[in-house]
Amino acid sequence: MQRFFDQDLKALKEQILAMGASVEQAIELAVKGLIERNPELLVQVQELEKQIHLTNRKIDEACMQVLARQAPLARDLRLVLAIIKINADLKSMSRQAANMARSAKHYLKGSPLKPLIDLPQMAELTRSMVRQSLSALVKTDVALSQTVMAMDDSVDELKNKIVAELTEMMKQDSEAVDRAVNLIMVARNLERMGDHATNIAEGVVFIASGVDIRHGSQQSVS
Amino acid sequence: MGNSTHQTPTSRPVKAEVKSLNFHYGKVQALKDINLRIPDKSVVAMIGPSGCGKTTLLRCFNRMHDLYAMNNYDGEILLQPEGINILSSDVDPIEVRMRISMVFQKPNPFPKTIFENVAYGLRVRGVKRRSILEEQVEKALKSAALWDEVKDRLHNLAFNLSGGQQQRLCIARALAIDPEIVLFDEPTSALDPIATARIEELVNELKKEVSIIIVTHNMQQAARVSDFTAFMYMGELIEFNETGTIFTKPAQRLTEEYITGHFG
Repeated sequence: MQRFFDQDLKALKEQILAMGASVEQAIELAVKGLIERNPELLVQVQELEKQIHLTNRKIDEACMQVLARQAPLARDLRLVLAIIKINADLKSMSRQAANMARSAKHYLKGSPLKPLIDLPQMAELTRSMVRQSLSALVKTDVALSQTVMAMDDSVDELKNKIVAELTEMMKQDSEAVDRAVNLIMVARNLERMGDHATNIAEGVVFIASGVDIRHGSQQSVS
Repeated sequence: MGNSTHQTPTSRPVKAEVKSLNFHYGKVQALKDINLRIPDKSVVAMIGPSGCGKTTLLRCFNRMHDLYAMNNYDGEILLQPEGINILSSDVDPIEVRMRISMVFQKPNPFPKTIFENVAYGLRVRGVKRRSILEEQVEKALKSAALWDEVKDRLHNLAFNLSGGQQQRLCIARALAIDPEIVLFDEPTSALDPIATARIEELVNELKKEVSIIIVTHNMQQAARVSDFTAFMYMGELIEFNETGTIFTKPAQRLTEEYITGHFG
């Protein structure tokens, strides 16, 4: 039986998806602005962040309405709770994209430190994690969310590699420190975004099974 | 406390306007200076503890209180767009009930066939042509989401239907006369959860065509089905606003206490 509050739940999922698409776009713009040395693109990231924050508030309000008016239970309750958390994850990601754009802006004040190879790869992986975690949410696809969780290891490895390489450069040349620090900040923010995408994927498992797998635990807290 | 800030929580057109309404059962005052605008094509829920006056107010809308000589209305309910005061003694209550129909707490079909139950209001109105009756009965049963279940037994007695079906039959009977407002007085309190869900879905569909006022003891039902909620207490309208606001951030302390279960 189609229930009229299914429309509310569908609308919530659609809003979250649109927000996720904006976050993806923000990552893309920040990294593209850095690689193509185009500050205009970095300004767009800040604009996007404002829009995302507005959507974040709308989704919070909509979730409160659904909880108050429909008193959802079981799978429906888990979905709304997961959406509240995912909403917060996406908002953090938009802030991290804005941080990336700021670091990139500072980096662009100097000449290029090195050819950027690992960072774009890391950004692509992170974007893909965002896209696939939300796709898993829409389809309640546990297998896909597990794929996303596995991708996070690759993101972490890339970040460690980038940090090690830049640390070495700083040791050799103090002139490189400012620029290297900014690139490390970009990598650090991308790595955090991967963690948030992982949270989203864990949320999908919670919706599907009711099991909370955060922090590597499958045991009940009670 | 029925002040003007409660009157219009929306820019939607107004279907009915309650103005300075007081009502007495003999010497007992049951409604105190009620001011309220019912928005068109939406669902208004009335909530409040037993004896708060919500059913009394609902019954004013189709002059149910006229049946007892000691009852006394004072004030107006203006039915829009013409603005006629349906409480005026010049206005025929039968005419009012043709425009504002009612569904009661317990399903109360007439001891007649399914078809004749739905056709009853049309016959009172003087409709005699079989083809028109058949057409209207089918339309009303479809609107009440009952047609598919009864179309092959329209001439069976209505009492053979289940409780949920009987209530949908009463809704079809209320709809057959093409009313502008339908009043629901605790329409699901005698039904099981599945039948309740069907009636709630139905209310959600019907509001596309008519204005609906529903009195309910079930606060969660008010939260689910209504667009606007009026909270009443001891004969007064305490707060009237969009349902989403009433159930998340009510303006009045009394409303907050009632919906969080601190009294009532």
